[in-house]
Amino acid sequence: MRYMMLICEDESVAFTEEEDRATMAAIDAWVQEMNDRNVRVQGNRLRPVSDATTIKVRDGEVLLADGPFAEAKEQIAGFDIIDCANLDEAIEVAAKHPVAAFGTIEVRPLLEA
Amino acid sequence: MTAQSTSEAVRAAVRDAYREEWGRIVATVIRLTGDWDLAEECAQDAFALALESWPRDGVPRRPAAWLTTTARNRAVDRLRRSAVETARLQEVATLSDDGADPGNAGTGGTAFPHHSGIADDRLRLIFTCCHPALALEARVALTLRTLAGLTTAEIARAFLVSEATMAKRLVRAKRKIRHAGIPYRVPPAHLLPERVHGVLGVLYLMFNEGHTASAGPNLVRQGLCDEAIRLARTLARLMPDEPEVLGVLALMLLHHARRGARLDHAGDLVTLERQDRSRWDRAAINEGLAVLDAAMRLARPGPYQLQAAIAACHASAPRAENTDWTRIAALYQRLAGLVPSPVVQVNRAVAVAMAQGPAAGLRLVDELVADAGTYRLLPAVRADLLRRLGRRGEAAASYREALALPATEPERRYLARRLAELSDEATTT
Repeated sequence: MRYMMLICEDESVAFTEEEDRATMAAIDAWVQEMNDRNVRVQGNRLRPVSDATTIKVRDGEVLLADGPFAEAKEQIAGFDIIDCANLDEAIEVAAKHPVAAFGTIEVRPLLEA
Repeated sequence: MTAQSTSEAVRAAVRDAYREEWGRIVATVIRLTGDWDLAEECAQDAFALALESWPRDGVPRRPAAWLTTTARNRAVDRLRRSAVETARLQEVATLSDDGADPGNAGTGGTAFPHHSGIADDRLRLIFTCCHPALALEARVALTLRTLAGLTTAEIARAFLVSEATMAKRLVRAKRKIRHAGIPYRVPPAHLLPERVHGVLGVLYLMFNEGHTASAGPNLVRQGLCDEAIRLARTLARLMPDEPEVLGVLALMLLHHARRGARLDHAGDLVTLERQDRSRWDRAAINEGLAVLDAAMRLARPGPYQLQAAIAACHASAPRAENTDWTRIAALYQRLAGLVPSPVVQVNRAVAVAMAQGPAAGLRLVDELVADAGTYRLLPAVRADLLRRLGRRGEAAASYREALALPATEPERRYLARRLAELSDEATTT
């Protein structure tokens, strides 16, 4: 069944350029492995929340806000759709994601899994 | 035999079968249908039918098989009536009770084949109920409902919440199992150690809920100890090579053996050293010691075995003075190496105080104050050590500090009594 992996991290934590490069390389390796396993359906990284726009319509009026919809310590930094046998496999896949080691990953089944 | 005694015997047979077989029946129907609610309803139906037909036809030679077949047939009927797709129906109707292992029943997929080689449905059920993706309180409730066969109302009473709240908790957990794809299986070998540990945590939590409630008037809560022990026994039979399963069973048995001596006539807590050891349950102690021996022979120590070994030191001491505190202190030290927990450290300090004197214990306790802050037991332990050292003023202050923290009523009365004794001594001397 299919799950959405929300990759969350604290944007305010600064990494050295070298740490950044290492993380990116590790993520590339994860993507490669999950593609090879036919687990990863698609996914991408997101630009920082400073580039986000939040939209809602109230009484017919379109209301915009600069930034993410909720102020939280951790922000969604990327997502992946994965196709797994069951939650145990999804947990294994998420735990292998390099961001899990310093951020948080939420795994949620798609409604039409 | 009179008609009356016959029907009484049949009712007793149904009751026994319910206690012994409920979990197995539910577990099997879940494997066959993947539907938890249906499984519970059909198990319920099977026992209702037994009450009807066993008095008439006699108790079947193999009650468990009769009940399982009946429950499965009910499931087929119900599925037929609700017109589920024929393929699935056929599958349920033709699968035998002990038959092929669909491994990931209900969630499909073959990426994680079932290869632990353990096929009892109750094991699948307990590992699924105790899956770490479920909230801890839901794991406990689900285990009691589906494996032990307690009603939602009973579980609600045991955990002091309304029946509606408990029903919601159970519904939510079952929904998550289905929707999130929690597999109905015994975890594969590489996940097994961690998951077994999780299951034991649920059983021990269940036991402790009952154990700490032995002061109160809530009999359902006290029954949790029996349920936890029964489930641990089942697990030990199903996984005889897991030393920690045996360890948790031994630990529960050894603690439970003291239940008759833990409270005095007024319902106040009696400390271990003052307990009337003739009121300890010898049979439970002997069983606990034997189970612990069996665990030790597997030569893979773990936290539950160490705790059981500590409980065994107490249980084998004919009088409090005979307690081997040096060994207990050493066991706590090994335990602290495995589970870094302030509770273990406090207990180690107490054991050291008993083995080497209160001053040595107090030194360890004072190191902990900085570490664990206001950990609940710390002030009380500190107070006792200070009292033994004759430092009354400081002891009284610590008892007051302990009384300001959350505690059960009997604990509170114990602390208040100690505090009063100190002030009495202060005024009379």
